[in-house]
Amino acid sequence: MTPLLSIEGLTVELSTGDHSFEAVSDITLAVARNEVLALVGESGSGKSMTALAIMRLLPEPVADIVAGTIMFDGIDLASAGEVTLRGIRGNRIGLIFQEPMTSLNPSIRVGPQVAEVLRLHKGLDAASARRRVEELFEQVRIPDPKRRYDDYPHQMSGGMRQRVVIALALACDPDVLIADEPTTALDVTTQAQILETFRDLQASVEAATILITHDLAVVAETADRIAVMYAGRIVEETTTEQLFVSPRHPYTHGLLGSIPHIAEAEEETRTRDRLPEIAGTVPALWALPPGCAFEPRCPRASKRCVGERPPLAELAPGHTTACWHPVETAG
Amino acid sequence: MPEAVVRSRRRPARQANLFLWLGAGLLTAFVVLAVLGEQIAPYDPTAQDLFAMLEGPTAVHLLGTDNVGRDILSRIIVGTRFTLSIALASVFFAGIGGIALGSVAGYFGGMTDRIVTGIIDLLLTVPNIVLAIAIASVAGSSATGLTIAITASFIPPLARLVRGRVIELREEDFIAAAVTVGMGHGRILLRHILPNAATVIVIELSLNAGQAVLIGSALGFLGLGVQPPAPEWGTMLGASREYLIVAPHLVIAPGIAISLLVLAFNAFGDGLRDVFDPASRN
Repeated sequence: MTPLLSIEGLTVELSTGDHSFEAVSDITLAVARNEVLALVGESGSGKSMTALAIMRLLPEPVADIVAGTIMFDGIDLASAGEVTLRGIRGNRIGLIFQEPMTSLNPSIRVGPQVAEVLRLHKGLDAASARRRVEELFEQVRIPDPKRRYDDYPHQMSGGMRQRVVIALALACDPDVLIADEPTTALDVTTQAQILETFRDLQASVEAATILITHDLAVVAETADRIAVMYAGRIVEETTTEQLFVSPRHPYTHGLLGSIPHIAEAEEETRTRDRLPEIAGTVPALWALPPGCAFEPRCPRASKRCVGERPPLAELAPGHTTACWHPVETAG
Repeated sequence: MPEAVVRSRRRPARQANLFLWLGAGLLTAFVVLAVLGEQIAPYDPTAQDLFAMLEGPTAVHLLGTDNVGRDILSRIIVGTRFTLSIALASVFFAGIGGIALGSVAGYFGGMTDRIVTGIIDLLLTVPNIVLAIAIASVAGSSATGLTIAITASFIPPLARLVRGRVIELREEDFIAAAVTVGMGHGRILLRHILPNAATVIVIELSLNAGQAVLIGSALGFLGLGVQPPAPEWGTMLGASREYLIVAPHLVIAPGIAISLLVLAFNAFGDGLRDVFDPASRN
């Protein structure tokens, strides 16, 4: 499959008062139509920055793309002008925000809010925009869409609002869909419902999807491929199945090891073992070691890891890992 | 000059409606007076009656007559139009100017913001009334001059207020979301930012209207406003100064009229604030 969106060597530099550092460094990714790529990592790993860079919503001049290209349908988003971007945002690339409670305008009814985007990009008249929005509300499973159309955001629950946000992102049938932690702000039961809706819709609009999350459980059920980010770089990328079955990077290995398993839970309660965790914390991005960024926390680190940064290498077909001492395959 | 009606910061929510309705009621009454004017005034406000000069309130002249025998009640009624239209016009134009400057400065930030804020800060160092006097003396002593003067003195503080609110709103997630769906600056500012700033602006403007009445009357009193024989309240006050001892009713009637109108605007503004301000709700 030819990728619909391909990112090459993307580097985003952040400059705060005291420090200047790369929040995203040299990232290469590609997503094809109908594919869900998950970007997984801790806070500060650069996953949200990557999303903002694709939409060109980085808070310039504090954060800026300093290198790389973001090719979408023959257009390099990294260097595109404001007018071009405005025609793409919301129309061909949809973004689902993390915070449903604050990402809707409190003074506009939800229906007209979604309709506005359709009128802006698709030139629909008021009546057909309304019909389309009611359809969308139906698709994202908002009960009684005709009545809900005239609700203000504060009259809706968090889950309902997130459905509106999803409807907003999908309104113009985008080619690329970016979901930035779409379920993080919701409670667990709502999370499951929203994810289910999201998966169904993603499949029906046939968009190339980038799902950003720190939650591996979300990823396991939704993504086709996973790219694990650590300290601004991709450390491992492969199919979801491959990643869960045989993670090669020690960081991925550690992440998977820290998920509680129901089957083992009973055992663990009995033996009162602690859930394994990755020792140490993420290093400050302005004080990264010259070698592998994970080296200070890595159980497999050697002298080589201290001085030399490992490149992303294809250890198995379709499975790239940036490590000098990858974990041996399980089976 | 009557003292400015002091506005209190917080009032319990139960009283909010009382103030709102009191203000709205009084304002409606004044608007009716301003619109009907001559039709309901018992006498021609400029007709002199030299046989009935400086008379106190009687059954014939309910509020008495002035130094040339004009009926004060009629003059007050007809004068409502001057005061009210000056107040509303200046608030309207100040609203346009203040919102435009404040929102542009707040939304675009950077150099634009620095220039606009610099000018505003400079203007804010001059007291309202002094600025108005300076402008009135240039623009001429008329209702138009008064309106320009009052408008100019209201724009800086209003622009400041709007700028602050816009800066606050600009950082909201739903504004980022509006950018995300490809909206341009104009649409974001007009449709997504300003409506959310409307509450603050409307409240400030209604309180400004009260101030406008006071400044307008003060300038009239000082001879910089509407010129006699037009029955403007401040001008009437100024003209009746000399008769304060012999005929105090000449001062009392326009004084009360001014106070009531200011009270009406302030009560209305305070009422609105209490209705809109979630912090004062229970």
